Amino acid sequence: MIGYVLKRLGLALLVALAVSAIAFFLLRLSGDAATAIAGEGARQEDIELIRKTYGLDRPLVVQYVEWLWQTLRGDFGTSLYFKTPVSALVLDKLPTTIVLGLTSLGFALLVSIPLGVLAAVYANSWIDRLALAIAVVGQALPNFFFALILVMFFSITLRWLPVSGSDSWAHFVMPTIALGYYVAPAFMRLVRAGMIEVLSADYIRTARAKGLPARSVIFKHALRNALVPVVALTAVQLGFLLGGSVVVETIFALDGLGYLAYQSITYKDFPVMQVVVLLLSVLYVLLTLLADVANAWLDPRIRVA
Amino acid sequence: MGFMRKAVVAGLASTALVSGVLTGVAFAGKSDNTVRFAYDQAPESADPFFNNVRIGVIIGQHVWDTLVYRDPVTNEYKGQLATAWRWIDDRTLEFDLRQGVKFHNGEEFDADDVVYTLNFVAKPENKVVTQQNVSWIEKAEKVDKYKVRVTTKQVFPAAVEYLAGPVVIHPNEYYEKVGPKGQNDKPVGSGPYKVTNYVPGKSITLEKNPDYFRDSPKPAAKIAKVEIRFIPDRQTQMAEAISSGVDLIMGVPKDQADQLKAAPHLQVVSGETMRIVFLQMNTLEGAPSPALKDERVRKAIIHAIDRPTMVKQIVGEGSRVIDTVCFPSQFGCTNDGAVKYDYNPAKAKQLLAEAGYGNGLELDIVAYRERNQTEAVIGYLRAVGIKANLRFLQYAAMRDIIRGNKAMLTHQTWGSFSVNDVSASTPVFFAAGDDDITRDPAVAELLKKGDNSVEPQMRKEAYRKALALIAEKAYAVPMYSLPSYYVAAKDLVFKAYPDELPRFWEMSWK
Repeated sequence: MIGYVLKRLGLALLVALAVSAIAFFLLRLSGDAATAIAGEGARQEDIELIRKTYGLDRPLVVQYVEWLWQTLRGDFGTSLYFKTPVSALVLDKLPTTIVLGLTSLGFALLVSIPLGVLAAVYANSWIDRLALAIAVVGQALPNFFFALILVMFFSITLRWLPVSGSDSWAHFVMPTIALGYYVAPAFMRLVRAGMIEVLSADYIRTARAKGLPARSVIFKHALRNALVPVVALTAVQLGFLLGGSVVVETIFALDGLGYLAYQSITYKDFPVMQVVVLLLSVLYVLLTLLADVANAWLDPRIRVA
Repeated sequence: MGFMRKAVVAGLASTALVSGVLTGVAFAGKSDNTVRFAYDQAPESADPFFNNVRIGVIIGQHVWDTLVYRDPVTNEYKGQLATAWRWIDDRTLEFDLRQGVKFHNGEEFDADDVVYTLNFVAKPENKVVTQQNVSWIEKAEKVDKYKVRVTTKQVFPAAVEYLAGPVVIHPNEYYEKVGPKGQNDKPVGSGPYKVTNYVPGKSITLEKNPDYFRDSPKPAAKIAKVEIRFIPDRQTQMAEAISSGVDLIMGVPKDQADQLKAAPHLQVVSGETMRIVFLQMNTLEGAPSPALKDERVRKAIIHAIDRPTMVKQIVGEGSRVIDTVCFPSQFGCTNDGAVKYDYNPAKAKQLLAEAGYGNGLELDIVAYRERNQTEAVIGYLRAVGIKANLRFLQYAAMRDIIRGNKAMLTHQTWGSFSVNDVSASTPVFFAAGDDDITRDPAVAELLKKGDNSVEPQMRKEAYRKALALIAEKAYAVPMYSLPSYYVAAKDLVFKAYPDELPRFWEMSWK
């Protein structure tokens, strides 16, 4: 088991390194930072001065190696736009994104598990079809569109919730639904498939034959086993939620990491973009690693493979 | 995605009509004499010298004061922190300063504040972001406690205009102690509002300065509190306005503003801005389209575009057609003596045929904003036989193409940094600078003559001749000024100005 974990850990580090390199070069190719920082109407000499001041005139490889070396030493640089240390900016915004990620995950599980169970218990009935329809709509609707529909309904028509901001719990309700609904279908399908498989297993038949009530059979005996793969998926989806909050945070003006990413892209603030991408990829890789380890722990056959 | 967003906006607007009628509207801002304002960008710093976004200028003008104030209606200069000023020679301005003014931290205003601020921002090593606003300053010297002299590097007649706009005065003791970073963390000025809460990237709260000096040309504020929130998404801003979450938004696209006109609790106000639109034509050696070197082709392009109809149909209320490449209220801007080209597609075709392009001409047009307007231009050009291919880019990328001599036609816009002097507009594109892609030495010389004199009549004459020559040679298509649309709570009393500066100190609730 330890050997397996170490192997996966090494692979995870390589993935993070590759992501950082790809992100670094792609971001640099996306446009000239000096021109963007100088703004409208800047003279060519102003642009050149900025290029030199920020070291953007050096070869890309040199810039990357230096950035990597500094990052490994814990120095994440200074934001070109806000002129403050990137680490302080990121630490300031991270809690909002983590809260949103966790509440969205909670919402997704709350919706998908009962729906998945219902769809499996009443497989191929109208309930199953309805659950499937809800899932398909969740995946098909772009989340910016769904977010604005929510705003229209809850903020404008009913006036129950504030449109944007991050000052109170009420500000997190719509972003949570918008983000959570997008990942719920994956859970729902997994629960449904798991439940259908488990419900046809011998021990369930035995439980039923013993005369146990249906509720006890479904929730106590079947669901526990059907939820095993969901645990692993949860880790992966949390990574997705943390990284996928850019649009939702921007729409709801939630002052989190996603909004910071949006701002840094707008202002070509490379040091911030670079750290946000690195942080999110490391988080994603770590959560995937956690999922792999959990799977291996639960199912010894994976360790061998 | 564009279609979907439009659908949502239409939905938001129609929901607004229904909800406004059914549920009534809570005017939270009105009840506590607060204006809640949303803007799509956050400033990189609250210190006006360290950001180059409009919201930075808006905050700057409320929290700080300038030496001189320009009345936005009459364009007349009035004393603000200075009471009088005079040119001592071509490069030296002398200011008498106002007595009895205090900064928000209690520091008294005097010559030391002006001298420290101007000398600090003039030094390149202090890395002021808005270099174009301060690079003309050589030094500031104290004559006595309430008198200073400012020396310009070259003859710079627009100095007073800059000192009436972006160049604010910091309290010297505080600024020396905390620097730009401290001014961003805890901004201190002498303006009609003081900062009481600031969360960078999220919001800034201004409260009325009760000790603001009575003789200021900015009238005493009526609104007690201004809450500014940075909301990047336009649809979210609209939803906030519809649900009365904010009282004022600006820069709303015309089609969306039109839809909100029907909402009973909102008002839509449009006003002209100083941003002008024009098409530049590259006539440089080695340019990708030699056809544009032919004056007849350039004139055909101007005749082909129906500017009055564009203004009426797609640009919107508040906009006006311009005949020279400058904003009409700017000192030195005139169309006196400039050739006016009417909309005449037949003449355009004839000119093209004379130039040897009777069978058609293909050109690229680069653009970076108001895509629908560029597309209308392309339609007009197609009607006379010019096939224009749109290259829609980010501003920085477009500028690289222009400066790299790879552009043919460009759809340019220019806001002059709200400086009401031609030196901030026409010379940028025609005085042999980085963005000049016609480089006519006669035009450049006339513009430089206008820039380098403090004699008003001489300046006006030089600019007039330069603008007339640009028109005669058809180096550009002057199009129109752009309007800006504001959406506000119905009961908010406010006025839109061409410098796009909402003046909270003038606003009130009905």
